Amino acid sequence: MNSLILRTATPLLSGLMLLFSIYVLLRGHNEPGGGFIGGLIGASAFAIYAIAEGLAAARRAIVVPPITIAGTGLLLAALSGVASILFGDAFLTGQWWFPSFAPDMKYASTVVLFDVGVYLVVVGAIAGIAFALEERE
Amino acid sequence: METILAVLVGLLFAISVYLLLSGSLIRLILGVFVLGNATHLLIFVSGRLTRESPPLIESGLKVAEAGIANPLPQALILTAIVISFSLFAFLLVLSYRAYQSLDTIDTDDMRVAEPHAETLPMRGRDV
Amino acid sequence: MSDTTAWLVVWPVAVPLIGAALAIALWTRPQAQSAIGMIAIALQFVSGLALLAHVWANGPVAMAMGGWPAPFGIAFAADTLGAGLTVVASAVAMGILVYGLGDTDVEHRRAGVIPLLLALMMGVAGAFLTADVFNLYVWFEVTLISSFGLMVLGGRREQLDGAVKYAFLNLLATTLLLIAIALLYGMTGTLSMADLSGKVAALPADAPIETVALLFLVALGMKAALFPLHFWLPAAYHTPLPTVSAIFAALLTKIGVYSLMRVFMIVFPDTADIAREAMIWTAVATMIVGALGALAETDIRRVISFTVVSGVGVMIGGLAIGTELALLGTTFYVIHSIVVSAALFMAAGMVARAGGGTRIADLAGLYKGAPFLAVAFLISGLSLAGVPPLAGFWPKVYLVQAGLAAGEYAIVAGVLVSGFLTLMLMGRVFAIVFWRAAPEDAPQTGSDGGMVLKGALGAMAALTFLIGIYSAPVAELSGRAAAELLAPDAYIEAVLAGPPQTAATTPGTPEVQP
Repeated sequence: MNSLILRTATPLLSGLMLLFSIYVLLRGHNEPGGGFIGGLIGASAFAIYAIAEGLAAARRAIVVPPITIAGTGLLLAALSGVASILFGDAFLTGQWWFPSFAPDMKYASTVVLFDVGVYLVVVGAIAGIAFALEERE
Repeated sequence: METILAVLVGLLFAISVYLLLSGSLIRLILGVFVLGNATHLLIFVSGRLTRESPPLIESGLKVAEAGIANPLPQALILTAIVISFSLFAFLLVLSYRAYQSLDTIDTDDMRVAEPHAETLPMRGRDV
Repeated sequence: MSDTTAWLVVWPVAVPLIGAALAIALWTRPQAQSAIGMIAIALQFVSGLALLAHVWANGPVAMAMGGWPAPFGIAFAADTLGAGLTVVASAVAMGILVYGLGDTDVEHRRAGVIPLLLALMMGVAGAFLTADVFNLYVWFEVTLISSFGLMVLGGRREQLDGAVKYAFLNLLATTLLLIAIALLYGMTGTLSMADLSGKVAALPADAPIETVALLFLVALGMKAALFPLHFWLPAAYHTPLPTVSAIFAALLTKIGVYSLMRVFMIVFPDTADIAREAMIWTAVATMIVGALGALAETDIRRVISFTVVSGVGVMIGGLAIGTELALLGTTFYVIHSIVVSAALFMAAGMVARAGGGTRIADLAGLYKGAPFLAVAFLISGLSLAGVPPLAGFWPKVYLVQAGLAAGEYAIVAGVLVSGFLTLMLMGRVFAIVFWRAAPEDAPQTGSDGGMVLKGALGAMAALTFLIGIYSAPVAELSGRAAAELLAPDAYIEAVLAGPPQTAATTPGTPEVQP
């Protein structure tokens, strides 16, 4: 798209959106937020980038094909559920790790891993759809 | 409140049945969409309506105190909404592609897969 | 609840999920995808076998997801029926996948067949193994979404035409299922099938159980293609790739039948008399209408689609009788039907290759060029009609016996008449397509598809032959499944891990996390 304002703002905006999406993802561990909504924000960062800079640049920016990101996320989510077998618990049971050097850390858990998986699935799937739509135009 | 919502659910079902009885793909899609929303509302009403506090467990407790809203219908509806939304998107694309290649949105004219039989089936004794 | 044997219930669902994720990640590499698909389905088969062995030795096994005990959490549970059908489904899916790899070219595989197929198998196993009615709906949707993708693969005109009818009517059916679940939840306040079993029986006499049971019958009957809700099946099943038709015919209607068995035997065991009466007559009508519809068809794939409908009638007939012998027959017939439907659609795909089309009148003399295909088709067709000693004979014997014992003569007549019509039909198709001499000026047509396709079809035909010859193990499996359906106490106990009142206070209850 040939808009000076959009082209100038996009690098800044999409970077901020990606950062914010990760913030929302991690915040979702205990407060409103989470992988799904974070993933949507992340995917829209790539969508905006594709609109402003063109599809080729956006594909370079996301590095790996979106569908691979989605597949990896799904794999991560599935494995985070399977991980509880190592601890003798049921499928999808959350496992927490409270390391001695940081006993208050709440993020070392399979639950976060699952959420990261969801994040990647949403980023991959929505960015893939957005790119495909962009391709049509 | 339940009564009013029950009437609303019935109304939505009536609308969706009317739309689903049509032969036009567009009305069918709208009918499926209204049917989905009516169903979600039905789940919500089935879980009983409460106007008390949100379904959060106070810290230090293992079981919530009495008088919270029923969280289960919300989870069920969220699941159902995501599913029906994605299927709705698929139906839209499918209908558009069908319109492009079959050149009609009237289901009565869609006979490519089921052509009118031009002949009777062959009998064994014709062999 | 936390010992690792309970994990056996999870693997048949988790393995295809992990496989599908890997296959999606390797989207652009069809060769790697094919390998992943084969390995994942083989592992699903192995894990299903392990589950069946465990259930056989120790009775039903259950696991509550995330450690949240039923009836509050979602539980997976397997009894002989669920585990046995998982094994048969994944075994047949393996054969179909081999067939598919031999039949489809790389272009089609690039479009995501393997991930969709694995997602479908995950949904099928999930539907067989879940112990929660809402979760059952979710697995139906999982199979539905992946089947939509498979259905339109290739994008030919008649595929889109078939897919429109398939998609709208199946979506309607699952929405009706959701409505039934919502009403049931509104009455009982629970979704766990084991918990529902007791709660439905304890409902006051004026509760609308009949209405909800009928709604379940309509919704699941539509999924199973029960008359008069079967029209979507013959409108759609003959349009996709042969591989896809084979897996749809083998598995999709069967999960509808399985769910009807599960819901009517566990949730409404002693209630819902009107629904049962309706089931008898729809079952008889389905058998006859399916067979007659097949007789009137001119396309070989549509003929087979209608025989699938007819078979659904036989299965539901057994469920409607509801005695142990009848349920044995139904379970046996489900297993037989999974194998033989796959075999027939595979054979039809090869007929199309060898004869250059699917219109019966245009096909002739295929026996000469493709004797192996002809024999395999004949075995499958005769098995479907119920000719001894093939697999289709035994369940019909049990069902007729059960029908006579219970005085359900309509179902007995339906089974016998539809069997006779099917025999006539298969004889006619075989005589015209394979046996009659091809005209001299007939175009020289291609081969029947090579060793891979022959191997897959041969395996299915051999399976239906072997089940017929050595029917005792399958009959024993079905007998135990039937006994467990009639006395589901062990299943209920395994799910609830004790009576429901104390479930909330067992030591296994998870702590609330910080």
